[in-house]
Amino acid sequence: MMAARQSGSILQKLVLRLPFAWLIAFFLLPFLIVLKISLSQTAIAQPPYIPVFDLAAGWHGAVTFINGLSFDNYRLLGSDPIYVLSYVKSVEIAAFSTLLLLLAGYPIAYAIARTPRRVQAVLVLLTVLPFWTSQLIRIYAWMNILQRDGPLNDILLALGLVKEPPAWLATDTAIFIGIVYSYLPFMVLPLYATLEKLDERLLEAAADLGCPRWKTFWLVTLPLSSSGIIAGVLLCFIPIIGEFVIPDLLGGSQSPMIGQTIWLEFFGNKDWPAASAVAVVLVFLLVTPIVIYQNQAMRVLARD
Amino acid sequence: MLRSVPIAASKQDFAPWTDPTARPLLRIEALTKRFGATAVVDQLSLDIYEGEFFALLGPSGCGKTTLLRLIAGFERPNGGRILLDDIDLTSVPPYRRPVNLMFQSYALFPHLNVGGNIGFGLKQEGLAKREIERRVVDMLALVKLEGYGARKPHELSGGQRQRVALARSLVKRPRVLLLDEPMAALDKKLRGETQFELMELQRKVGSTFVIVTHDQSEAMTLAHRIGVMDRGRLMQVAPPAEIYERPNSRWVADFVGDINLFEGRLGDDGHSIEGTAAGRLRVAAKAAAAPGAMLWVAVRPERVRISRQPPLPGLDNCVAATVIDIGYFGNSSVYKLRIRDGSLIKAAVANLGSASDGVSTVGEQVWLTWPAEAARVLTR
Ligand SMILES: Nc1ncnc2c1ncn2[C@@H]1O[C@H](COP(=O)(O)OP(=O)(O)OP(=O)(O)O)[C@@H](O)[C@H]1O
Ligand SMILES: [Mg+2]
Repeated sequence: MMAARQSGSILQKLVLRLPFAWLIAFFLLPFLIVLKISLSQTAIAQPPYIPVFDLAAGWHGAVTFINGLSFDNYRLLGSDPIYVLSYVKSVEIAAFSTLLLLLAGYPIAYAIARTPRRVQAVLVLLTVLPFWTSQLIRIYAWMNILQRDGPLNDILLALGLVKEPPAWLATDTAIFIGIVYSYLPFMVLPLYATLEKLDERLLEAAADLGCPRWKTFWLVTLPLSSSGIIAGVLLCFIPIIGEFVIPDLLGGSQSPMIGQTIWLEFFGNKDWPAASAVAVVLVFLLVTPIVIYQNQAMRVLARD
Repeated sequence: MLRSVPIAASKQDFAPWTDPTARPLLRIEALTKRFGATAVVDQLSLDIYEGEFFALLGPSGCGKTTLLRLIAGFERPNGGRILLDDIDLTSVPPYRRPVNLMFQSYALFPHLNVGGNIGFGLKQEGLAKREIERRVVDMLALVKLEGYGARKPHELSGGQRQRVALARSLVKRPRVLLLDEPMAALDKKLRGETQFELMELQRKVGSTFVIVTHDQSEAMTLAHRIGVMDRGRLMQVAPPAEIYERPNSRWVADFVGDINLFEGRLGDDGHSIEGTAAGRLRVAAKAAAAPGAMLWVAVRPERVRISRQPPLPGLDNCVAATVIDIGYFGNSSVYKLRIRDGSLIKAAVANLGSASDGVSTVGEQVWLTWPAEAARVLTR
């Protein structure tokens, strides 16, 4: 009896630790490896960097290893403007497209939350339906649509909105179109989840207290959906910063986003340490919004 | 805060509905609201007077909430009109009506603190910040929540939330305050105290209150008049004592309190009803019906007297019965008795302390009597 309870509690502990074990194995360890590579020096070797940590060398090996670490790669990040520029570009693109996503996603989520419950399920399904095909294929489809003689320009010409077919591909506009299209569900779903829970009586109470509808939106609906807004914004902003496929296929080559820079360093220049340094800085850039998100999530949990 | 409204010193002295020249504050004319095919509010007409405390009483689903929502403007009527001070409200949106509704669920804004909730309506009126603060503080004092202004709704007890909701709708000084089961979520003791506070409050602010309640004793305690509703219609509108003593129909008599009903045929003198389950019964008031008409004699259980001795021969309203059940309610006991033809009669007896002479026991044969003036004739 006792033993059974004890083994139960051990099992319980194990189960509770499992997520941590997962995070350590698949997040922390890889991150430490990348961190370590970022502190190494480039070499024409296999793998292409030194020093390499060798357990067999023992204590002496460890000391040599630590002495071999260098911050040169981080200094490089500061000295060559391409890195700073691509961070700035990434944050710009992510911030503006997140704003676009919020402006497009909020009305959609609001409309879905206001339809009868039966219809809601269908509309939510439709929102995530594009995910059933690979993102790569969908972005290739956009390349086709945005071509100079593609369907978008055909329509614009037919409607007489433009005289000359504009070039869409290789512009930031194309990146925004691709990102807003791809990330819309990540914005709509958390917004829908909070708006759907919004008590209709609160809106009536506001009207009862003398508040016209548009003002009710600002004073009641918007503040009460703030947790959904924060979730949606972070869910979009964070992955968009590191986005690679969309800017690579739809954007121009003049100023790359950070994902492209990492790719270029890893596979183009074969400079793993520099690429790792770029990635490590990116992680620290992203930690700030993630911490904000965590705090907000905890606050919402505490309130409910 | 205080408006000069002629409020009568006692509840009984306030009776503007008896004055044919009095103008009602709120006039509801043949109001109809349909959801699909069913009329939830059905050709309903009602006048409510300035300073009145009016209670709507009725079974679940009879349309009480819908009626309040129609007055507040959240539902559009399919027919009829609502007039306030002779102004037709039908096309006035909710946020412009000088009427406030206190929701049954309270509907407090979770993102605002108590002060923010109470001040919300005042902000919409564009009042100065200082003025809003002053009125919020006054209102907090009025509902006995001084010092709670900075709390969030989820940090309050149910009773405190109820008072915040009340304060929030009262602070706008509405011409009519509508309250939808404001005390349903409170326990019995707190409800009793809150009822008292609500009456005090209404007297102080001089507003007109319309309250919806399931609780008969609550309606009786609070209201100047009660409207008993069934299936979207008002069955009777009258002061509490009249509703109880002189119900206008079997339905009202049965819904408000307990009642014993005997069906019979009116005798030639207009005072006797023949052929009921309890034999020939007499009523004091002359029945307003033709001799020979079928009608009902209604007697409240507390007017039925139980005695062990056989009554004097020739006494009116006397019937032999067997005790089959006794329900103990603390201050009173309710006896269930069966008479000759098998039908049941209820008799309520006050428990006056001397428990030793406990009138009867189950199975005992007793006689039931009641005075002729305790019985009332109902024609429908
Ligand atoms: N929006 C609506 N759509 C359809 N039917 C409705 C709607 N609102 C109310 N009803 C119906 O109207 C009837 C009256 O509802 P209402 O809420 O007015 O009852 P009530 O008297 O307040 O009942 P309770 O005492 O249970 O609160 C009910 O049968 C209800 O189902
Ligand atoms: Mg109701």
